[in-house]
Amino acid sequence: MAKITFIQPDGAAQTVDAEIGLTVMEAAKLNDVAGIEAECGGACACATCHVYVDEIWRAASGKPADMEEDMLDFAFDVRPESRLSCQIKVTAALDGLVVRVPGKQF
Amino acid sequence: MTPENHAASQDAAVIETDAVIIGAGPCGLFAVFELGLLDIKAHVVDILDRAGGQCAELYPEKPIYDVPALPVVTGQELTSRLMEQIKPFNPVFHFSERIDALGREADGRFRLASDDGKVFLTKIVVIAAGGGSFTPKRPPLEGIESYEGTSVFYAVRRIEAFRGRDIVIVGGGDSALDWTLNLQPVAKSLTLIHRRDDFRAAPHSVEKMRALVADEKIRLLIGQVTTLAGDGKTLSGVKVKSANNEELVVCNALLPFFGLTMKLGPVADWGLNLHENLIPVDTERFETSEKGIFAIGDINHYPGKLKLILSGFHEAALMAQAAHKIVYPDKKLLFQYTTSSSSLQKKLGVK
Repeated sequence: MAKITFIQPDGAAQTVDAEIGLTVMEAAKLNDVAGIEAECGGACACATCHVYVDEIWRAASGKPADMEEDMLDFAFDVRPESRLSCQIKVTAALDGLVVRVPGKQF
Repeated sequence: MTPENHAASQDAAVIETDAVIIGAGPCGLFAVFELGLLDIKAHVVDILDRAGGQCAELYPEKPIYDVPALPVVTGQELTSRLMEQIKPFNPVFHFSERIDALGREADGRFRLASDDGKVFLTKIVVIAAGGGSFTPKRPPLEGIESYEGTSVFYAVRRIEAFRGRDIVIVGGGDSALDWTLNLQPVAKSLTLIHRRDDFRAAPHSVEKMRALVADEKIRLLIGQVTTLAGDGKTLSGVKVKSANNEELVVCNALLPFFGLTMKLGPVADWGLNLHENLIPVDTERFETSEKGIFAIGDINHYPGKLKLILSGFHEAALMAQAAHKIVYPDKKLLFQYTTSSSSLQKKLGVK
């Protein structure tokens, strides 16, 4: 298990236990985290699970692959720390990960 | 044209059929098969320009592992195989069209009208519309709705409508690039805005776009639109945030291309009972609250519903049995297997 904290635009934080091997999106959906829509169900095909990875976790969580970078074109208010949470695999190294939910998903 | 002629030509435009299937995703396609085995002819209407629904639009290259007997199949392969399987039944496809209106005629049939002006008269309707119809994504910019149709457009119907306008196009895919190239000759000014200096669009379009930028025929701005400026009807500009700058780009036409999303659409206005944007059905006939209108696949709802392709296939088979009673009220339906029935094999063209 790894702990992942989701911070809402209003600052409300929710920490969930995520099974290693799941994606951050799946951990969010399993715990009813608001603002993660994941319309396509995790196929990297819709950009509605967009999150901002906290600065200190950016190196550990990695960079978006080309396909994810393309799909981020469909997200709103994309920043250097933007990721699609369906493309971040939960690993032991991400225990403590903090991500921010954007104010608006498409 | 005399009024009589006019009426006659209108009649000629009406398509009479046994079944209209709304949605050409896997469930809609398999419905053609199940209905076809029971001699029910179908027309299929889909908003996309090709068959496959979500399989074609969202994940054509991605593997699906839970279709029985196919350990792995991509969305595109599954679509192609279904198209092959239903070929003997000669379905008529109407792509890039949406059914907007549905009403019942005095004789009990349904009258369906498409956004393209086609009219269908049909004995049954099968709604296999998945997550709804694919519609362009609306950027969550404050007040954008009030500019739609006057200053904000998600598609180009007539290029001439953009002559002499200051145009901003947003996006980095084929739609954004194609319209940049096609509208540039008529525009007073054209600015292409994209969040990064990398484009998903076809390389030759990107090259052409870059040539126009080099010739100062258009402007390329790397950034993101944050705010709309205008009086609520006509746009006067968009605020664009780039890496270390924020500027107002003057424009009176904005074309955002952020892909497609699924919306229930006109189905919501047809008087059917709905449950959270899904259509409740019974699990014997998969019929909606309206006799003769069926709903199968992701768009329906019943206790225990799973949004799986295989569940949609099962629903199509049972729906067809119920549809037969409506299309052929006097014919007794004999249950048969494709393996052993010579009459089914004849329909399939294998005997």
